[in-house]
Amino acid sequence: MTTTAHEQLIRIDSVSRSFGEVVALDSVSIDIRENEFFALLGPSGCGKTTLLRVLAGFEEPDSGTVTLAGSDLLELAPNRRPINLMFQSYALFPHMSVEKNIAYGLEREHLPKADVRSRVDEVLETVGLIDKAKSRPAQLSGGQRQRVALARAIVKRPKLLLLDEPLSALDRKVRAEMQLELKRLQHEVGITFVVVTHDQEEAMSMADRIAVMADGRVQQVASPVDLYQRPANLFVADFIGTSNRFTGTLGSDGVTVPGLGLLPSTTPTSLTAGEAHVIVRPEDVHIVESAGWSLTGTVLDTQFFGGSSTVAIDVPGHVTPVVLTCHGLPTATRGSQVQIAWEPAAAIVLTS
Amino acid sequence: MRSLGWLRVPLIATLIFLYVPIVVLVVMSFNASRLPFVWGGFSLKWYGALFQNAEILEGLTNTLIVALCATLFATILGTLIAIGIARYFRSSLLEAFSLAPAILPDIVLGIGLLVFYVLVGIGLGLHSVLLAHVVFGMAFVAAVVTARLSQTDPSLEEASRDLGASSVVTFLRITVPSLAPAIIAGALLVFTLSLDEFVIAFFTDGPSTPTLPIVIYSMVRFGVTPDINALATLLMVVSFTVVIAAQRITRLTDAV
Repeated sequence: MTTTAHEQLIRIDSVSRSFGEVVALDSVSIDIRENEFFALLGPSGCGKTTLLRVLAGFEEPDSGTVTLAGSDLLELAPNRRPINLMFQSYALFPHMSVEKNIAYGLEREHLPKADVRSRVDEVLETVGLIDKAKSRPAQLSGGQRQRVALARAIVKRPKLLLLDEPLSALDRKVRAEMQLELKRLQHEVGITFVVVTHDQEEAMSMADRIAVMADGRVQQVASPVDLYQRPANLFVADFIGTSNRFTGTLGSDGVTVPGLGLLPSTTPTSLTAGEAHVIVRPEDVHIVESAGWSLTGTVLDTQFFGGSSTVAIDVPGHVTPVVLTCHGLPTATRGSQVQIAWEPAAAIVLTS
Repeated sequence: MRSLGWLRVPLIATLIFLYVPIVVLVVMSFNASRLPFVWGGFSLKWYGALFQNAEILEGLTNTLIVALCATLFATILGTLIAIGIARYFRSSLLEAFSLAPAILPDIVLGIGLLVFYVLVGIGLGLHSVLLAHVVFGMAFVAAVVTARLSQTDPSLEEASRDLGASSVVTFLRITVPSLAPAIIAGALLVFTLSLDEFVIAFFTDGPSTPTLPIVIYSMVRFGVTPDINALATLLMVVSFTVVIAAQRITRLTDAV
């Protein structure tokens, strides 16, 4: 965790919002801390964008409260909130130059002209676009436009900066660059960032904490590592990273899967008996030769990615192939019989 | 390019019927002879005569008053209609109603307005022509601005609000400038339409304040005189200039 301050900045308390029959937000409660890089992650239609628009003031919740540093946020019009939003489309004003775009928000605060000038120059310096000050948005590349949108939002020095799918319009290479850039900027300007994304890698690589959302509900709020290692439910386990899932019955000794028997795991005592799932991450599955517990299968396919490889193994009695990843070259050849196993501590047990 | 073959015939016929009358008219306006189709040498005397003709000058003044005022009001109202429908109501029925005056036959609109004026007791005069021109001009502006609105990013206005602008400032600083090319094009369109509008003006105008097309009509009834040719040539030049300007403005700002 990189944050030092743990002061609550935003408290979202049981916020609900429906559009006709569709429930976009279903009693969502999230606390966001000061100086935090927070991500709202979920598939499209999970309500993350609606929540962002509630924070920005473009959407009113049907019920629930939102407070910013202790005071009611919902009663403020969008233009009175100390919050800025970086739009997915960037929404740069096409009829204004880069510097006019950035100065727009400061002019609304009726600051002296000299102050506006110096703050615009300063922020242009920060995002590295000082030589593009006079350009129109249409003359810039995608990455440059994104920087302008970011500059326009942070120049207001908001308490909270919202970013709606900030990297989705960029191509792969620029995206990786901007991920680092956004993190750097967040440290530099010391503003709380809330980024909305459907891309789990993006959220994992940038955020201090992530709220995973689905069907208008918060599934889990945790650090990237916790989300990966201790998913709260099946949805989170499936959505974050890849995983091998075995479905069976939870008894006093562990999870028994039809056709495979009792699988190694350390089962939390809090779970109740009944249907349960064993989740094992691909990097925790190993090919073994020992006489201990193992599953036997045939290698279906191997893929080599340079630094690592994946091996897909067909295990009789299990419908989907078991996937494992290993460093370097694949450790088995296609068609060969292998034995696989994992440490009990590496397996996650979830009830449905 | 492929050869046109027999399609050359309708093409040439179209060009002839479209442009020969105009060329004849322009040439005749410079003809010194009073008789049509007899070339009496080059002269500008009909243009001179035009500005001696009190009737024509009065018609021109009336028309300019109507066209300029109609342009002003129709542009403001048409823009507001387009924005209102696109941003606040999203009713296709309302949109159809607001565009109807542009599609309705002029004669229907003319008779309808006349009946309406008589019914509510509004006397006929320039004000009633002006009102009629605002009605149909508004529809044209609304149509042009609506087309532009569908291409602009609605989050521009939200971005403006987000950056601290009130809704009034947002409207003036963001909405209007981003629609400016369409608003200007719409205004120029209304101006040219109003300038030579005859049918509606004929029904809704009072007898003491004829607009230019009505003046021309009453003069032509006794035969086309060369000064009418000169007048038509001038009107054509004005219309062309305005339309070309409108096109250039739209293209220029689209490119940015």
